[in-house]
Amino acid sequence: MLPGPLLPAPLHPTVRALRAWLGGWLQVVHFAAQILVLALSVSSYRRAQRRRILHAVYQATMPMLPGFTAIAALIALVIIRIVLATALSYGLTRYALDVLVRTLVLELIPLSAALFAALRYAMPAGERIRQMRLRGEFEALLASGHDPTRDTVLPRAAAAMFAVVTLAAVSGAVTLLLAYVSVYGFSTWGLGGFTRTVGQVFGPVIVLIFCLKTFFLGLAVAIIPMVPTPRETTAGAANADITRLARLLAVVLLIEMVSLVGNYY
Amino acid sequence: MSNEPQPIGDAPPVAHLDLKARLLVACVVLLILASAAYVLFARGAFESRQTLVLVADNSEGVVVGMDLTFAGFAIGRVSRIELSEQGNARIIVDVPTKDAHWLRETSVFTMESGLVGAPKLRAFTGLLNGPLLPDGAERKVLSGDASSEIPRLVASVRDLLANLTAMTAAEAPLNQTLRNVQTTTENLNGPRGALGVVMGDDKDARKKISATLDRTNSLLARLDGLVLKADGIAAKADGLVGKADAQVFGDAGVMKETRATVAQLNGLLGEARGTLKKVDALLQEAQGIAGNAREATVDLGSLRAEVEASLRKVEQLVNEVNRKWPFARDTEIKLP
Repeated sequence: MLPGPLLPAPLHPTVRALRAWLGGWLQVVHFAAQILVLALSVSSYRRAQRRRILHAVYQATMPMLPGFTAIAALIALVIIRIVLATALSYGLTRYALDVLVRTLVLELIPLSAALFAALRYAMPAGERIRQMRLRGEFEALLASGHDPTRDTVLPRAAAAMFAVVTLAAVSGAVTLLLAYVSVYGFSTWGLGGFTRTVGQVFGPVIVLIFCLKTFFLGLAVAIIPMVPTPRETTAGAANADITRLARLLAVVLLIEMVSLVGNYY
Repeated sequence: MSNEPQPIGDAPPVAHLDLKARLLVACVVLLILASAAYVLFARGAFESRQTLVLVADNSEGVVVGMDLTFAGFAIGRVSRIELSEQGNARIIVDVPTKDAHWLRETSVFTMESGLVGAPKLRAFTGLLNGPLLPDGAERKVLSGDASSEIPRLVASVRDLLANLTAMTAAEAPLNQTLRNVQTTTENLNGPRGALGVVMGDDKDARKKISATLDRTNSLLARLDGLVLKADGIAAKADGLVGKADAQVFGDAGVMKETRATVAQLNGLLGEARGTLKKVDALLQEAQGIAGNAREATVDLGSLRAEVEASLRKVEQLVNEVNRKWPFARDTEIKLP
């Protein structure tokens, strides 16, 4: 009796899971590279493309902007009052403004803006793209000579990123304004001291880390929800969503940790 | 598929979407640029500055961006910290030109380290009309460190605690005193009370108390005798007072005679008053006599002057006779 052909030995479940995990992350990186290349390509900004991106940006940002700004302002006001009252009771008022700017503007607001934009826009947009893929619209677009990634994914990714940056910038400005009013009241006499404190906090390194953090948070929010997961089916929609959300949260956590290490170590 | 923009997802169409989208992007870009400009302004990128070098023994706690304050207001910012060839810390401070007039040649710079927070760089200027501090001036920083006092404080506290331990030890004088006080308090609260505390031992106290009581009794007996004698003396004194009353206020008493004497004195005084009036009249007459005598004295003065003049004439005459009669031996002149 001749021995049959050699079949590959079944992999250990742990190794299989590790390979799947690694493959998923490689796919995220690959997709991110694709989107970045498209974003940096001049052909992505032709007249029609530009209008698509602009519309996506508006439709992504404007519905969220007032609500998020109001919520961020409310939470910021509560934190400002708590910090000021605590600093006053311990006689450390000169550090209060410093703490507020660092805590709110540098740390909390970009993080909350990224999570808010991800949950309110990027995740639903990613779900719609997944459904388009399932319905075979991507193949139809390719067949008609269009690039589905450039025409449908890139505007949404750009819109998500723009939303994160806009929410962070507007809320940061509103929070600075609230901090000033809370500390000095409705007068202009404290502008010099306030500006000086802001200048002290926003050193070159801090500004660089802040910009990089906001950029990478926006990138994560823009890319991860739209990554095509392998073996996408209608039944696995919830599973795919959870996977994307978990990946997004992991990346956001990583970015936050790296930024904290860069700022304070 | 056409190149016309398609609505993204299921979002409803928005009027003037293109314009609004462009406006939104423009506003956000403007906001980001304004924020960047504000941060640059806050960092002092748009103001002219001069440098001040502060030399300190130790730059621990000093960080780039720290303020240099004058009267509580920030007038400068640390831009660089470096180690000099002499091993000192050189703190380079950027002072905006508009605030540089607070710093003079006579300004003093201090670095104070508190228990909490970073050290504070402060400038003090006594004479604000002195010459301005030049650009790049180098000044020594006077350091004051609150935490450097802590070791000394700890040493003092340790000594204090050692003293307290010695004072409160089991055989320490203070502890013994307290024990004695406790014993005394117990005695005070005991059946013998304060007397027991004062008198000491029980037997001795009893003897002393009985002796004291005996002496007190004898003293009281003597006092009784004295009181009886005093009563007798008081009775005698009462009799004497009665007699004196009769002598003074009786029919033949002193008071009656005194009253008569006073009446006689009144009469005598009337007579004396009359006599004095006569004396007054006499004195008036005497004054008149004295006036006459004064006038007579004046006349006597003129008379004397005349006599003296006559005598001088006679003397001159005699002198002349003597001169004219040289042989005369007898120069005596016999006046009539």
